[in-house]
Amino acid sequence: MLSINNLHATVADKPILKGLTLDLPAGEVHAIMGPNGAGKSTLSYVLTGREGYEITEGSATLDGEDLLSLDPSERAARGVFLSFQYPLEIPGVPALTFIRTALNAQRRARGEPEVAAPAFLRQARETTASLKIDFEMLKRSLNVGFSGGEKKRMEIFQMAMLSPRLLILDETDSGLDIDALKIVAAGVNAMRSPDRAMLVITHYQRLLDYIKPDKVHVLSAGRIVASGGPELALDLEREGYDKYVKAAA
Amino acid sequence: MSLATALKTGDATQLPSRRDEDWRWTDLRGLIRQIPPQYRYDGTGVLPAFSVASANGAEEFYRSPFTANRTVTVLNGFVDGLGLGDPGPLVFDDYDPVVALDVANVFGAFQLATRLAVRVPAGRSGVLLESHAGQGNHLVSFDLDIELGEGASLERIVLVADDPEAVTVRQTNVSLAPAASYSQTVLTTGARRQRLETRIAHPGAGASVRLDGAYLLSDQRHADLTTSVDHRGLDGTTSQLTKGVARDQARAVFQGRIVVERGADRTDARMRHQALILSERAEVDAKPELLIFADDVQCAHGNTIGALDEEAIFYAMQRGIPADRARAMLTAAFVGEVIDRIEHEGAREIAHAWAEAQLGSL
Repeated sequence: MLSINNLHATVADKPILKGLTLDLPAGEVHAIMGPNGAGKSTLSYVLTGREGYEITEGSATLDGEDLLSLDPSERAARGVFLSFQYPLEIPGVPALTFIRTALNAQRRARGEPEVAAPAFLRQARETTASLKIDFEMLKRSLNVGFSGGEKKRMEIFQMAMLSPRLLILDETDSGLDIDALKIVAAGVNAMRSPDRAMLVITHYQRLLDYIKPDKVHVLSAGRIVASGGPELALDLEREGYDKYVKAAA
Repeated sequence: MSLATALKTGDATQLPSRRDEDWRWTDLRGLIRQIPPQYRYDGTGVLPAFSVASANGAEEFYRSPFTANRTVTVLNGFVDGLGLGDPGPLVFDDYDPVVALDVANVFGAFQLATRLAVRVPAGRSGVLLESHAGQGNHLVSFDLDIELGEGASLERIVLVADDPEAVTVRQTNVSLAPAASYSQTVLTTGARRQRLETRIAHPGAGASVRLDGAYLLSDQRHADLTTSVDHRGLDGTTSQLTKGVARDQARAVFQGRIVVERGADRTDARMRHQALILSERAEVDAKPELLIFADDVQCAHGNTIGALDEEAIFYAMQRGIPADRARAMLTAAFVGEVIDRIEHEGAREIAHAWAEAQLGSL
């Protein structure tokens, strides 16, 4: 589904990604682990098209279509979703309004009919219940005054409502206590399906106890330096990133 | 020096110029060389002072956005142009808690000065839904005197959609008796040059004022929201929120002055102005002033001018909302804070829809 080949990217002329290659087939969950500064967040922003990241070499395709030439909203309409490490606050826009606007914009872009309000609200109610979100919270400005955990849950709620095909989770466990982590992980796991792929970006192994990856990749100094099964994450937890940092240097 | 005086005398040197401190950002003298002739009703159509009329297709052009118990339509040119005399004050009696005052300026290169008085007797309350719309490159001066009796309250919502070639000055003078309450929300899209000025004589004495405004400016439009509140006695409150958006080569001016006179202790006055500048050539000039001559007061003012949050735009786009739509949504939400403060529910909804329509066409 997602195919990244020899990707090089710079931020303010500083090379961050230096030849990253990764293949993520549909139905699989891959974890990207790595030390601080390895380029984990840069990868998520490059894949979603944030400004300020320049691609100097390589490619990234979704089902064979070039992702990098599309703007962020076009990528979203094709099913790319990023759960932000630090979700933004949107003052004055109720969460429900925001999500419905997003959903219908995506559907329009795909040539699908818009979702009517009653059907949307029904789906929203069901989804809030499964994520243990108070429905009343959706009437408040999106993320304004929400706690860190509430913001992360709201990301998963949006993910469930938008039903993307490629899910990128950027440090989704940060700021979550263990109960919130279990709820979030359950929400993510509920979305696993043969036609979806997930990229779980995390610094710590903890999240992978709850979201079991099919493969684990170690990202260091802008490249994948090791790949393996779930046991690789446990190995990293024990031994740290040192040997990979040295290998990449 | 005022537009009204210049129009009355036909003397362009009476126009306020940038040499007047209060008009430094809204220069009329430098813009207007000659006062055009006064508009005269051409004799066709229905006679109107304060009733719906149709001439020049004015009625076609103008549809009041508001509905109310009573509608007062001033198709300018019918009132003063005909010499119909003073229409007398608009009084909020028992039966008119909600009045729509619609002023349509539908004429070309002429000038017109109009006055109107509004009175809310002691103990009465009302809502004044006011809309101004224009078509043509005219000069218009509109003076409104509002008087609130003891314990009276008035909420005034003003929508202004002038012609981009028009030059307009609207001045409102408000006087409050003790324990009266006055709330105002002005929304405007600007004009070639436009001033919306509100002056409030605040007696303190338990009276309260809410004084809000928003400007939505594009192209080369100009809007000047100038306010002055004079706290003259103990125990008065004023809460002021002005927000706005300027793009293209538009220019916004905010001048807010709150004076707390000697002896006006226990005054609580708060003023905030926040602007978004959406292009490099747009300009916002702001002068918030608190002049405090009393000791025991609570006063605060804040003024911020910035751009849309690019991170928030990226976030909205990542969820599938195209860039233009994301910008419009965030801008509407920014200005929406002002509109949310409107207490009258119907007016609030109309104001939201009006602002969204204006922002959609920005």
